[in-house]
Amino acid sequence: MPSRRVVVDIPLVITALLLSAYGIAMVYSAGQTDVPTSATHAWASQIRWLIFGIVAAYAVSRASVRFFEWAALPTYLMSLALLALLLVIGKGAGTAASHKSWIAIGGVRLGQPSELAKVTVVLMLARVLAARREPPKSLLDLWQPALVAFLPWALIMMQPDLGTGLVFIGIFFAMLYWSGVPFPLLVLVASPAVSLILAFNTSLWGAWFLLLLALVLWYKPFMLEGVGLMLANVVAGVVAPVLWERMAPYQRHRLLVFLDPSIDPRRSGWHVIQSQVAIGSGGWLGKGFLMGTQKRLAFLPEQHTDFIFAVLGEELGFIGVTVALMLFLFLLLRAVRIAERSNDSFSSLVAMGLASSWLVHIIVNVGMTLNLMPITGIPLPFFSYGGSFMLACWLAIGLLSRISREGRGARVGELAI
Amino acid sequence: MSFHPNEVARRARLVSAALAVLFVLLLGAFFRTQIVENSRYALQSEENRLREVPLPAPRGIIFDRHNEVLAENVPGYSVSLLSPSADSLRASLQRLAAIIPLSSDEIDLSVRRYRRAPYRPTVVLADASFDVVSVLEERRIEFPGLIIQSAPKRYYPNGPAVASFMGYVGEITESELATPQYRGYKTGQQVGKGGLEKEYEDSLRGREGVRFVEVDARGRVVREAGARQDLLPQTGPPLYTNIDLELQKYIASLFADSLQGGAIALDPRTGGVLALYSAPSFDPNRFIGGIPQDLWKSLNDDPNHPLYNKVIQGRYPPGSTWKLATAAIALESGIATLDDRMPEPCTGGFQFGNRYFKCWNHKGHGDLTLAQAIEQSCDVYFYQLGLKVGLTRLVAGGIRFGGRERSGIDLPDESRPLFPYADAEEYYDRKYGKRGWSQAVLLNLAIGQGENAQTVANMARFYTALATDGTESRPEIARHKPDRTRVFTLSEDQLQGLRAALAGVVSSGTARSAQIQGTVLAGKTGSAQNSQDRTRDHAWFVGFAPADDPKIVVAVLIEFGGHGARAARIASEIIQSYLKVAPTQHINTEG
Repeated sequence: MPSRRVVVDIPLVITALLLSAYGIAMVYSAGQTDVPTSATHAWASQIRWLIFGIVAAYAVSRASVRFFEWAALPTYLMSLALLALLLVIGKGAGTAASHKSWIAIGGVRLGQPSELAKVTVVLMLARVLAARREPPKSLLDLWQPALVAFLPWALIMMQPDLGTGLVFIGIFFAMLYWSGVPFPLLVLVASPAVSLILAFNTSLWGAWFLLLLALVLWYKPFMLEGVGLMLANVVAGVVAPVLWERMAPYQRHRLLVFLDPSIDPRRSGWHVIQSQVAIGSGGWLGKGFLMGTQKRLAFLPEQHTDFIFAVLGEELGFIGVTVALMLFLFLLLRAVRIAERSNDSFSSLVAMGLASSWLVHIIVNVGMTLNLMPITGIPLPFFSYGGSFMLACWLAIGLLSRISREGRGARVGELAI
Repeated sequence: MSFHPNEVARRARLVSAALAVLFVLLLGAFFRTQIVENSRYALQSEENRLREVPLPAPRGIIFDRHNEVLAENVPGYSVSLLSPSADSLRASLQRLAAIIPLSSDEIDLSVRRYRRAPYRPTVVLADASFDVVSVLEERRIEFPGLIIQSAPKRYYPNGPAVASFMGYVGEITESELATPQYRGYKTGQQVGKGGLEKEYEDSLRGREGVRFVEVDARGRVVREAGARQDLLPQTGPPLYTNIDLELQKYIASLFADSLQGGAIALDPRTGGVLALYSAPSFDPNRFIGGIPQDLWKSLNDDPNHPLYNKVIQGRYPPGSTWKLATAAIALESGIATLDDRMPEPCTGGFQFGNRYFKCWNHKGHGDLTLAQAIEQSCDVYFYQLGLKVGLTRLVAGGIRFGGRERSGIDLPDESRPLFPYADAEEYYDRKYGKRGWSQAVLLNLAIGQGENAQTVANMARFYTALATDGTESRPEIARHKPDRTRVFTLSEDQLQGLRAALAGVVSSGTARSAQIQGTVLAGKTGSAQNSQDRTRDHAWFVGFAPADDPKIVVAVLIEFGGHGARAARIASEIIQSYLKVAPTQHINTEG
C-alpha cells in the first residue's frame, strides 16, 4: 500500500508556517506583562487553533477546486443569512464591543460570520466573473459582481464594522482588475466613493469632478452611464455631510483622531500614540523579546490582537519588522504567482481574491499601528490572537495550495506523512 | 474574461511591482519611526514607565571659626506616595490615616501638592518619626506606591544661640517656585529660609539624587528598584564661617530672656563677623519638617518680634554714636581740631533761632574741647559743630560713611538705613515743603537724631573705620573676601586722638561702668529717642578694644534700654570674653 501523500506548495506553506510561528511567539510575548491581563494564556489557545487550521487546510487541499466552484453559491447564501442573523442576535467583544460581529450561543462565542463571508464572497465573485466570456466593458456589465460584493458589505456596515467593510471593497476592486476590467472603468466605479470623501473640501471636490469629466469624455462609456455616473458623484458630494452627521459619534471621533491623535491623547488618541511610542522606541534591534516596556506595563492597548505588530516593533525593532513584512510580501507574491499560473479563470480569481483580502488586512492593521490608517480593529493575518481568523487564514492556504497544484508549471513538492 | 496568458502575465507583473512598492513604502514608514525618530520615542517610552523619586542630598555642614559645628544633618525619614490620580491618593491617605496620625488638613495639603506635581512622589510626612516609619514598613504591602526613605534632617546643636544668622530650612513654597531664583527646584524640596541657609543655598544644597521607580500605564508602582541606575545624591560642601561659637553663646546668655535688642562683633581688619545675635531668639530646630501652626502664630504675635532681626533689619536712630561721624567730618575738612572749643560753652542747652535745644546733661558741661565733648557726649558742642560743618557737608559725609547703604553683610533681607540723600536741601524740601524746615534739622543730624536710622550692623561697620585707618570693612559671616573701603582720610594723629577720646568715654566719660581691667576699651554710648516709648530710649554702644590695636568691634543695641551705659556694659562683657581678660568691678555711675 502506497503511503498517503500530501502535495503542497512548499514555499507558500513554509512562509505561512513561519508567519504563524512568528505570530504565536508575539502572542506569547503579548501575554507576558507586569500587569495581569487576559492575554496571558492566549498563546496556548492560538497554538490549538493553528493545529486545527493546518488540519483544515490539509482537508481543503484534498478537495478539487471544482467542488469550491460548486459550493460558492450555497456558502455565499449561507454567509448572507448568518450576517443578517447577526444584526438580530450578534454580540460584541473586546475593542469592538459595540459591533455585533460575533455569533454566540449561551455566552460562548463561536466565531465571526464575517470571516466566513470573506472567503465565500471571494468564491462567489470568482464564479460570477469567471462565467463571463468577455471582461466587463461598461458599468452596466458590472451589476452582477457589484451586487455580490454589495450585499455582504452592506450587512457588515450595518453591524457596523468599518474595517471589515474595507476588506470587501479591497477584494472587489482587486478581483475586477484581475478579471480584466480596464483601469479607467475601475476609477469610474470608485469615483462616487472618492466624491464622498472629497466633499468636505469644495475646491478639491471640484478638481476631482473636472478630472472625472475628462476621463468620462476620453473613455466614452454609454451616454446614459456617463450621465448617471456624474450624477452619482454630485449626489455623493451632497450627501457626504449628511452622512457625517448621521455617523455614530465614536466613528466620527475615530476619524478625527486618525487625522490628529493629539486632540485626545488620553483616550481615543492614546492607542495610536502609545503604539507609535512602542514601535519608535524599538530602534534597530528592539528592546528584546518579552522585554517591551510599553507592552509589559500596559501602555499598549489590545497588545495581543489589534496592536500585536506594535509589540513586534517594540521588542524586535526595525529588523524584526522587516523580517515580518518581507514574509508577508513573499506570501502575497507567491499568491499572485499562483493566480497567474492557475489552470482556469475561477482558480485564478480565487487566488487573487484571497491575496487581496490579506493585503487589506496587512496594510490597514500595520498602517494603523503607525497612524497611517484609522483604527478599524481589523486583525493581522497569522499574528493577531483570534481563533476563527487563524482558521480562515489556513483555509485560504489550503485553497491556494490546491490551486497551485492544479495549476501549470507550479513548483510543487511532495510531502510524505 | 480576459485570461489570455500574456494579459495575465502583464497584470501579474504589475501587481507584483505594486506590492513591492507598497511594502517598501511601509518599511520606509517604519524606518522613519524606528530609526530616524527613535530618540524621541525612546525618551517618551522612558518617561511613560519611570517615575523619579528624589533622593535628598545632605546639606553642607556649617562650621564656626574653630571648626565647631553650627549646623549638621541627622538621620530622618520622609514618607511619600506615588499615585496615579488625586482620587487614588486621597483614598490611600484616608487608609493611612487609620494607622498613623494624619489630619484631614494634612490630607488636603498632600492632595494639593499632588496636583502641582503629579509625576513626583507626593510628600505626606516630611519628617516622620521612627515609630511611624516602623508601623508603615510592616504594612507596606497594603500601600503600593508608598515610599519611605531616609531624608537627612537639619539640626542646629545650638539652635537658639545661632538662629539670628542661621535661618532654617523648609519646604519650598509655591511663590518661591515662581521666582527665577529658584529655577530648577521642584515641589517638595527643602530650601534654606533666611540667614546663611538661604544666602548660601546654592552651595549648601548639594545635588539631589534620583531613584527610578517603574510604573504601569495606570501609574501604579510595579518595580521599586533596579528599573534604571540610581543617581546618588551629592552632599553639599561644608561652609566655614568667621563665627566664634563660644562668643556667640556667651552673647546669647548675656541677653538671656529679659533683654531685647541685638549685638554684632566684627574683626575690624577683615570684617569677619565673630558673633551676631538678635534677642529674643527662637529655636530653628522646631521649624524643621514643617512649622507647627501654633508655633508660627505665637512667634509672629510675640510683641518682642523674635523673627525680626534687630541687627540687620531693625533701624534705630544712632543717637550719640553718630557724633563720631560728625567729628570725623569736621576733622577731615579742617573745620575743627580735637582741641577746638565752640563759641558757647554748654550750660545745659543751646538757643537756636526761636528754639531751645537741650543737652542730655541739663546741668551743662561747660567749656569743652572736641575730645572732651566726645567723652562727655556733649550735645551743645555738637550742635555748634554741626552748624559749622553745614548741612551739605554733614549729609555728604554721612553718605560717604555708608549712612544710606546696607552694610553688605552676607545675609538676606538686610534693611537699608534711612538718611537724607546728597541733595540735602531738596530732600528736606520734599519732606517738609519748601518753607517747612530750617537749619535746625542740622542740629538734630549732628547728634544722630532726625532723619537718620541705622542698623546695628551698619554702625559696627562704620566703627571699623575708626578702629583702623579710616577704611570700613564689610561684615562677612562666611565670605572670605575682605572688602575694605576708605571712608575718611585723617592723619594718624587725628585718628589716635579720636580713639583716645573714645577710650576716654569708657575711662572717664559716659561709659565708665564698662571699664575692663587689663585692656583699654574705646567706644561711644548712645541713647536714641524712639516713637514707641518716649520715656525709654534705645540704648546704644559701639566700640572696640584694645584701643591702641583694635581686635574686635562690637555694636550693641538694647531696645528701650534707657541709657547707653547699659549697652556699654554688655559690649564690655562681650569684649572681655573675646579677649579673655578679667572683668573689673562695675561702678554704677548711671545718672
